Amino acid sequence: MSLLEVKNIYTFYGQIQALKGISLEVNEGEIVTLIGSNGAGKSTTLRTISGMNKPRRGEVLYQGKPIHKMPANQIVALGISHVPEGRRIFPRLTVEENLEIGAYLLNDSKLVQERKERAFGLFPRLAERRTQKGGTLSGGEQQMLAIGRALMQDPKLLLMDEPSMGLAPVLVDFIFEIIQKLNQEGKTILLVEQNARLALEIAHRGYVLQTGKLTMQGPAKELAAKPEVQEAYLGGH
Amino acid sequence: MSIAELLSILPQTLLEGLLLGFVYAMVALGYTMVYGVLGLINFAHSEIFMIGAVTGIEVFRYLGNGGNPYLILLLAFIVAAAVSGTVAVLVERLAYRPLRRRGSKNVLVPLITAIGVSFLLQDLVRAIEALWHNEFNLQYPSYDTFNYDVLSKLGSPLGLTLAVKGLIVILVSILMLAGLNYLVNRTKLGKAIRAVAQDMSTAGLMGINPDVIISRTFLIGGSLAGVAGVLFGLVYTNVTPYSGFQPGIKAFTAAVLGGIGNIPGAVAGGLVLGELETLGGTYLGFLTGGNFGSEYAQVLAFLILILILLFRPQGLFGQNVSEKV
Repeated sequence: MSLLEVKNIYTFYGQIQALKGISLEVNEGEIVTLIGSNGAGKSTTLRTISGMNKPRRGEVLYQGKPIHKMPANQIVALGISHVPEGRRIFPRLTVEENLEIGAYLLNDSKLVQERKERAFGLFPRLAERRTQKGGTLSGGEQQMLAIGRALMQDPKLLLMDEPSMGLAPVLVDFIFEIIQKLNQEGKTILLVEQNARLALEIAHRGYVLQTGKLTMQGPAKELAAKPEVQEAYLGGH
Repeated sequence: MSIAELLSILPQTLLEGLLLGFVYAMVALGYTMVYGVLGLINFAHSEIFMIGAVTGIEVFRYLGNGGNPYLILLLAFIVAAAVSGTVAVLVERLAYRPLRRRGSKNVLVPLITAIGVSFLLQDLVRAIEALWHNEFNLQYPSYDTFNYDVLSKLGSPLGLTLAVKGLIVILVSILMLAGLNYLVNRTKLGKAIRAVAQDMSTAGLMGINPDVIISRTFLIGGSLAGVAGVLFGLVYTNVTPYSGFQPGIKAFTAAVLGGIGNIPGAVAGGLVLGELETLGGTYLGFLTGGNFGSEYAQVLAFLILILILLFRPQGLFGQNVSEKV
């Protein structure tokens, strides 16, 4: 049984149909990437899994149980954390408060403290800025904070939406190293990326999305070798 | 009046402005906090304040004969906070939440609903009081202990007088504001309220149920308004079901003055407005050569509201400052 199973979901924004029957699977311990151009429905897929949007049809199963009717705040309690598109840091909470709010469902203050220290260990830059307001951080620091915040609940499954967006190349490499490290530590990751080359490099499997539909899927290496993927998403070789 | 005479009453005027300002500040907090989480101007909040004042009177009516007035007052604060807080939560639950569920982006619908709820609550209180006591023109009891001038013992510095009830207004307000500051900045609930105010859907991703936090915000704002209602009644004594409107709209002005959504701004706005109104009442007649008397002090609040909306709609302190009281 896969950890996450998305079965034929249709999601709408008002009258606009964003997903036209998406099905995918994520197995425990995998990095799975979802690539595709702007507006293909990558973010909407993640938002439908984490409960920010509701599918009009189809099912989302987590550990075999349907979750697509649950509100976002209950889904995160099951062990699915979402690092949203654009980071969505709370701008007027401090770095430390942003992390603490990530552990909202935890009542053990010692554990919260421990996880905070672990996040600071992963991202020493955040430790230096712990009393600074989230809104004053640079894009890279905000991305680190968004990841650190999502890890506060110690999720099993991490949904990551465009973690490389707008970052300097050196920071992109750093974030991708962190993603691999988290995966080696046992986190399952569903990664949405525009940077398809990097995403396919670290992922085990991948799905290609085009205007709300899946067009290709398979092991990441095989996808990266396909001429049509190279043409459309890797800039051609 | 000569300049010297006018100057001699300045300290007393400022002190009275402070009392009024504290009452405005405590009501303004409810407007600003609800606006912070929902983007809604809850015009029914003035009625939550009025309900606090009326509840206080009921407590005095039933316990006021012979008991220790301080103890009864304490009880009046607690019961008023509980009743006002509960009514505020019910208004949110029954009127605003169903509208939110429909997901309409139209901001006029909840606004007009708020005005409707406001009328409903006014007439509901009027009906209850009329059926219960045959009148709805209510009077706070006047205890000698509350009217005693605490500054007379200190030799009335600067000619100031401050009745015990005035001192109560100052102390209770400071206590409530300090409590709110602690709650908003130091507790988990406070952090969640700030998170929901800044980004509701991302707060959901953190495991926060926004509905619960919104409800708590109404409870806190409503309780503060309830206590403010009792303070108001204690000082100004006469209360009717329609007493909420004017102080309410002025507290709203105070919230806009400080930057709506901004908690410390609401307190500052309340204090500034209380002072301006009291100073206006005292000096307007002199400053305009008698053309505009103290009755125009009321107009001042609205004049200020219009000027802010024209020249500095984000308020004196703006929206994007840290939430520290």
